[in-house]
Amino acid sequence: MNTESKAFIVLGFLVHMCLAIPGQIAEIHGTKAVVDYGGITREADVSLVDVKKGDYVIVHAGFAIHVLNKKDAEETLKIFEEFFDHA
Amino acid sequence: MLELRNRKVAERIVNQIKALHINLKIMHVCGTHQDTIVRYGLDHLLKTCGVEVIQGPGCPVCVTTPLEIQQAIALAENGVTIATFGDMVRVPAGDTSLEKVRAEGGDVRIVYSIDDARAIAETKEVVFLGVGFETTAPSTAVTVLDEPDNFSVLSFHRYIPPALDALLEMGEIKIDAILCPGHVSTIIGALPYVPLAEKYGIPHVIAGFEPLDVLMAVYMMAKQVQEGRHEVENEYVRCVNTEGNVKAQKVIGEVFEPADASWRGFPPIPQSKMAMRKKYAAYDAAEIYEDVLEGIEELPEPKGCRCGDVLRGVIYPQQCPLFGRVCTPSNPVGPCMVSIEGACNIEYRYKND
Ligand code: SF4
Repeated sequence: MNTESKAFIVLGFLVHMCLAIPGQIAEIHGTKAVVDYGGITREADVSLVDVKKGDYVIVHAGFAIHVLNKKDAEETLKIFEEFFDHA
Repeated sequence: MLELRNRKVAERIVNQIKALHINLKIMHVCGTHQDTIVRYGLDHLLKTCGVEVIQGPGCPVCVTTPLEIQQAIALAENGVTIATFGDMVRVPAGDTSLEKVRAEGGDVRIVYSIDDARAIAETKEVVFLGVGFETTAPSTAVTVLDEPDNFSVLSFHRYIPPALDALLEMGEIKIDAILCPGHVSTIIGALPYVPLAEKYGIPHVIAGFEPLDVLMAVYMMAKQVQEGRHEVENEYVRCVNTEGNVKAQKVIGEVFEPADASWRGFPPIPQSKMAMRKKYAAYDAAEIYEDVLEGIEELPEPKGCRCGDVLRGVIYPQQCPLFGRVCTPSNPVGPCMVSIEGACNIEYRYKND
């Protein structure tokens, strides 16, 4: 496989697939925001969510689709804890 | 927070599934789930617990029909500038593809988001190929609502729940539970699965994309089956709530309306495609270029390709005689080998490492 198609696959991966890693909102300018993924930043549209600086978001195809909050993270933990209580 | 790739935790979940002594066939409809399952060898791991997992029609590029690909090609051949996500250009239709049309001078641009397509529209008329399920459709809708100049959409967007309904209704293979897609559910929420769980009497569990998410969801399904329940449960609470992303649902509903449509490998599925509402005809490439798109006769599937069977979960990619021999990611015969969300492509990538 040549390098172009390799690069294409890697980039395609970031675009197409569901990037499940949350990024943090670094700046907001109207409907656009700068999202920080541990030092790598990307622009995202935030018109589908209510966000403020510092929030963690899930971005799909350039659009933030979900804001993560502490409660949700704790709920996930709860599912696993309940499992271990019974397992 | 909990390490979602923790091996010890994985082992504990697997042991619990084993202890249920169950035989299950689970279908999911998401390329990212398939990626996690194959990449981390969960398919083999789960087989040792009596659980088989198969990918259904969960790859937007793959379910796009030959006719839709031909329509995009016809536009490009008629001098229209096409902007699309990368995978689409390599999907063959007959002996051509958007990539080949581009090599012959057609203006086909690969973009990484719909905003890139809008940037092209600043200098020339562009048609954006709207590919994807409920996760991607809101970005198209938001863009249309912004009324951009020189810009239209050829919508291949589709709804997931009608496809699940059609698949379960067909009853071609025995499916004991549905692993619901993570980010489609972020948009649509958990409620659309409720009627399906009732109608077919099988568990539906929404799962995230980490290996532990998938394993935990499988455990939740296995437990439901063992206890004779068939509910909608949500493992992916950190990204999915019951009502979903209401803003996103609203923009989808504003711009699109459900229409009957074929999916590759399926008979027409009622109310499964997002057609643009008349109100937005000025941004609907199907209206604007009606004369070019009319009367195209659909070509058959690529010869020997069994994508249709793969998409209905009837066979695994390895069961296609062309898999890995004639058909590879650098020389794909069908869309399931082209798209990084396609079962054939994922299987080939990880199993040939
Ligand atoms: S391996 Fe290739 S030819 Fe076979 S079903 Fe998959 S895409 Fe089609």
